[in-house]
Amino acid sequence: MKPVTVLEAIDQALAEEMAHDPRVILMGEGVATKRKALLAEFGADRVRNTPLAEGIIAGTAVGAAATGLRPVIDLLFAPFLCYAMDELVNSAGKLRYLSGGQFAFPLVAIAMTGAGWGVGAQHNHNIEAWFVHTPGLKVVMPSSVADFKSLLKAAIRDDNPVLFFVDIGLAHTEGELPAQEAAVRLGEAVVRRIGEDATLISYAKTVGVCERAAAVLAEEGVSAEVLDLRTLKPLDEAAVLASVRRTGRAVVVHEASRNCGVGAEIAAMLTEQTWATLKGPVLRVGGPDAPAPASYPLEQAYVPQVEDVVSSVRRLTRSAAAA
Amino acid sequence: MLAEVNVTIRRFGADPLELLNTMMLIRMYEERAALLQRESGAPGTCTAVGQEATAVGVVAALGVDDLILTNHRSAGHLLARGASPSRLLAEALGRRDGYCGGKSGSLHVSARDLGVVLTSTIVGGELALATGVALSQQMLGRTGVVACFFGDGAACEGRFHESLNLAAVWRLPILYVCENNEWQAFVHRRETMLTDSVAAWAQPYGIDSATVDGNDVEAVRAAATEALASIRKNGRPFLLEAQTYRLRGHFEPDDQGYVDQQELASWRLRDPLSKMQARLLDQGIIDQAGLDALSVEIAQCIDAAAVFAIASPYPAVAELHTDIFA
Ligand SMILES: Cc1ncc(C[n+]2csc(CCOP(=O)(O)OP(=O)(O)O)c2C)c(N)n1
Ligand SMILES: [Mg+2]
Repeated sequence: MKPVTVLEAIDQALAEEMAHDPRVILMGEGVATKRKALLAEFGADRVRNTPLAEGIIAGTAVGAAATGLRPVIDLLFAPFLCYAMDELVNSAGKLRYLSGGQFAFPLVAIAMTGAGWGVGAQHNHNIEAWFVHTPGLKVVMPSSVADFKSLLKAAIRDDNPVLFFVDIGLAHTEGELPAQEAAVRLGEAVVRRIGEDATLISYAKTVGVCERAAAVLAEEGVSAEVLDLRTLKPLDEAAVLASVRRTGRAVVVHEASRNCGVGAEIAAMLTEQTWATLKGPVLRVGGPDAPAPASYPLEQAYVPQVEDVVSSVRRLTRSAAAA
Repeated sequence: MLAEVNVTIRRFGADPLELLNTMMLIRMYEERAALLQRESGAPGTCTAVGQEATAVGVVAALGVDDLILTNHRSAGHLLARGASPSRLLAEALGRRDGYCGGKSGSLHVSARDLGVVLTSTIVGGELALATGVALSQQMLGRTGVVACFFGDGAACEGRFHESLNLAAVWRLPILYVCENNEWQAFVHRRETMLTDSVAAWAQPYGIDSATVDGNDVEAVRAAATEALASIRKNGRPFLLEAQTYRLRGHFEPDDQGYVDQQELASWRLRDPLSKMQARLLDQGIIDQAGLDALSVEIAQCIDAAAVFAIASPYPAVAELHTDIFA
């Protein structure tokens, strides 16, 4: 099979789900302009350009989702979600609960984020943890071409509001799609590399960083497992716990700021639930508490590097050896 | 999960007594809710005392297929649509038999079976959701119009402007109903906007609008009927501004110490209930004895609602974790 990029995989997922279910519609600034094939196939009624107004795009999606449609909205870059927070957080996340279960909100909000294009902090801000901290929302952040496709399809079929983050750095990555597509459910992590001495827990672009770190560590005789969370909410706690109970060491790696990030939650969960089997502290490798800079060397310094992950694992294995 | 209940959308017909009766029900309901707050430690609540004619006039003009989005001051809209005062009061008290199982309280009550969908207490929130509800109506071939109630304060939110613009561009079937009650919580409207007319803000977006005396229930009903006809005929949204006044405070309890007493007194003279009662007495449609009997009947209904609501159990603690995800 011919390799496809992440962006092409997303288009394929959209096309297949729109063909599968006539209630699926796509809205956003320029979606009808940029996704010509979808427009041609499904028409202007279902592929809609919108005004530049993220709040009303999201609100329209929320209202439509509650009353029979299954909207997908492309909000372009994650920082623009700030204009749509009320609709996503206060309406999509809460009105099912506050209404005693009278409504469901099957909608997907897609946004890009992450280092790689030097676009700076108003286009690159990894805010996925905000939504993990918000009740009623699901959060997906894939790392592989195949997952972008299958998880977007799963998100569209889910009856809940899903934030679907696309790591900019992966947008043009190519990969093969399996001939027989596995139906992935939201909330399932996957082991990317099996290991015994430490678990590297990550998602999105930094899964690749962890895989390269694991290769370096292998040369030193350290066998690191790489766990790709794929979905941040619901979190596959069972997979995280099972791996760390085996390896006894864990490093959580993400590009988002370390403070109050997903890694903090996972570290706390591991401390609470695997304390007896831990051979050292759960370490975190993450971005600084700073806006993402545009300048290339600064942007690179922002994101976790292979060396950061390797040295974290060394710290854990060596302190155990010394003890 | 909510208990199954029989709900019926109230059909008004053209009966002026039904309009009056419904306004009286709303008035007594809200005064009882305020009393329960004052004397029995019930949670605070927003009333719309003085605005009953707007709620009843608009809802009376709606058809059974039309939908309603509302906000924090929603009791009038819900009761006019046929909500049970017992279940509404139970909701306000956070009880199991409330419309939302007690999880909403008084501030975001929706009742899907009555077509009262997606109530938001975020000022302006319902304006952002209305476009989506109307898009569903349009795309799924449903004929019902979406009536969206909001205040003059909400008209100062960006979402109001975003909503009108999108609704105009996409020709969405929305009846925007601005209840201009002169107050935005504790701030008078004069301090926050240079215009006296929210309706005038609709025109630049390409939306037809009208202004009506929001304290005259028959005038509101007539204006809303015309607005709905215009939406159905032209396939475009419409904004109806009802000029009215919030006679009680923003949120119970509220001593209204910040309110200009002269202004308040002048609006008390325009009380929508007295106005309709005087009119019907004048026209001989009802006599004083009939009015008194009606009052007693509604008071008994509200008494029964209070007994029901107070007797309704609180939700089980396990409900904390239900209805989060579908
Ligand atoms: C976004 C937001 N800001 C502030 C509030 C607090 N608040 C609740 S009602 C209200 C006044 C709203 O005024 P208006 O829109 O005129 O409606 P009214 O209460 O007069 O019916 C305010 C400020 C809120 N609920 N939501
Ligand atoms: Mg007001």
